[in-house]
Amino acid sequence: MSMSANQANQANRANLMRALSANERPRGPNALSAVGTFTWRAMRGTLSQLPYMAIDVVIFPIIFLLIFTFMFGGAISGSTGNYLQFLLPGMLVYTVTTMTVYIGIAIKTDIDRGVFNRFRTLPFWQPAAIIGTMLINLLSYAAALTTTIAFGLALGFRPEGGFAGAVSAMLLVILYAFSVSWIFACIGVVAKKTESITTLTYVVLYPLMFTSNVFADTSTMPDWLGRIVAYNPISLVSTAARGLMHGDAAAADLLTALAGMAVFFAAFAPLTFWLYRRKTAR
Amino acid sequence: MTGLAIEVQGLRKSFGSAEVLRGIDLKVERGRVYAILGPNGAGKTTLVSILSTLLRPDAGSVRIFGLDAVRDAGAVRSRIGLTGQFAAVDEGMSGRDNLTLFGRLTGYSVREARKRADELLEAFGLTEAGKRPAGKYSGGMRRRLDIAAAMLVTPDLLFLDEPTTGLDPRSRSEVWDIVRALAARGTTVLLTTQYLEEADQLADRLAVIDGGTVIAEGTSGELKASVGSGTVSIRLASPEQRETAGRVLRQALNAEARLHSDPAALSVPAADPLLAANALTELARAGIATTQFSLGQPSLDEVFLALTGHHAEEAKGAEGI
Ligand SMILES: Nc1ncnc2c1ncn2[C@@H]1O[C@H](COP(=O)(O)OP(=O)(O)O)[C@@H](O)[C@H]1O
Ligand SMILES: [Mg+2]
Repeated sequence: MSMSANQANQANRANLMRALSANERPRGPNALSAVGTFTWRAMRGTLSQLPYMAIDVVIFPIIFLLIFTFMFGGAISGSTGNYLQFLLPGMLVYTVTTMTVYIGIAIKTDIDRGVFNRFRTLPFWQPAAIIGTMLINLLSYAAALTTTIAFGLALGFRPEGGFAGAVSAMLLVILYAFSVSWIFACIGVVAKKTESITTLTYVVLYPLMFTSNVFADTSTMPDWLGRIVAYNPISLVSTAARGLMHGDAAAADLLTALAGMAVFFAAFAPLTFWLYRRKTAR
Repeated sequence: MTGLAIEVQGLRKSFGSAEVLRGIDLKVERGRVYAILGPNGAGKTTLVSILSTLLRPDAGSVRIFGLDAVRDAGAVRSRIGLTGQFAAVDEGMSGRDNLTLFGRLTGYSVREARKRADELLEAFGLTEAGKRPAGKYSGGMRRRLDIAAAMLVTPDLLFLDEPTTGLDPRSRSEVWDIVRALAARGTTVLLTTQYLEEADQLADRLAVIDGGTVIAEGTSGELKASVGSGTVSIRLASPEQRETAGRVLRQALNAEARLHSDPAALSVPAADPLLAANALTELARAGIATTQFSLGQPSLDEVFLALTGHHAEEAKGAEGI
């Protein structure tokens, strides 16, 4: 009895000593493989939360499209069919804007977890931790947009720019969501509490969305309001997305929208990395 | 293997107005196990975070294998491993995926990382648990996974921050075995603990920290010589006899008795085991019945009392925990 227990102990110890003799350190991973690893990790995380994802990516887009089309359609455009033609490109913007908050929450959650400290001691390019999550989020943006467009088509939406119009509008909106995500990524790094990130959605995003031309054309508004609405970044993207979708995009509108995104990205992505690197977990 | 693994001089760190480290000096030789002993809030985690490059010192110098921990943080990181006080694993992922993730981030290929993960799971007795999410692990399993995560490349220097706090005795002895195995293969280990017994079991040398400074340093033998080698703890059959028992013990052991919150219990430091045996005889002669008798190592609190004249709990000071 005790002999075999002893032998088991010795076998354990031999295993332990063997495992502990691995001392050859590989060269640290290159940036690309670090990003790949974090994309894999984020994918895992997303798959384990699939039911919640489905709500954001399938159910919400459908519900909001239905609500806005049938509640406001008659009142705003006289008929739901006309309104849907106007609304859908804006709904693309609306749908992803609410989702951009998640990157902030994901980053904050990671920093709060003990695993953040371990990442800090490993020799990889640190921004990879954020970029991997970001890439997976882009996939979920794309999924939500696809739902919105597909359901819109079922309701009778017809993109006048055809397939190419729909795809280019979708890409533009993803690009927009990507640039806005960096604002929330940045907030996710500095936020003291996760809840404060969610609160920001209500105090910043929703007012911005409802003072945009997502739901109504600026030409129907009083002059002063129209001017505010016209310069709202969300309006800029909506206008550009509408133009692409219906094949009548003005080059100036597109350039303005793209330039706005470039500014967000150029300001907030480096700031996020810089803050992240300096961050010490409590 | 000669020279110093860790050399710290005049290390200071404050958080706002709270001075947590006020001039720490420390030397740890290569290949040794070194323990930092201190109560909750003494600054152990802060010290370990600075030594492992996670936190910047306010003043003083920290050299790890001769490298500056601030300026050469990258080079230092490639020599060290860290297992912090709180598990640094992804609770949503399985043990195996965790180790694979860290292996990839260390620079192994996917295949090598998987292989190394399996090797470590086996060595740390986690093969069966390997597929389950780390969040569902028991305290001891999580601790072992966490130590394994610091071993993807066996480090030259490993930091273990309170590796056994909150573990059951069995898990504790498993962690001790791991530390001994590491020491046997030449890894320098710096661990922090609140238990003198742990330091005594594992460490070649130890430092006691209190109020942000090192108040005692040496081998555990040296420390115990200044504190008393052990403590006689007694539970009486009837609590009314505690006062008499205290007097008898004081005479037999030539030391002050400490009364516990349990009305039937008391303890007295004993310089040597023979005297302790004698004390028991004296109690019996005085007609005092005991239900429990043990000769144990002094607790951290007793060490503190001997070294500083105050209880360990007070060492938290104004900063709180
Ligand atoms: N990031 C921080 N910000 C503010 N105070 C801190 C921080 N980290 C530690 N402290 C304070 O420093 C003291 C020492 O903490 P710590 O190093 O965790 O001690 P120990 O690990 O010995 O329990 C405590 O009073 C704690 O509240
Ligand atoms: Mg601590």
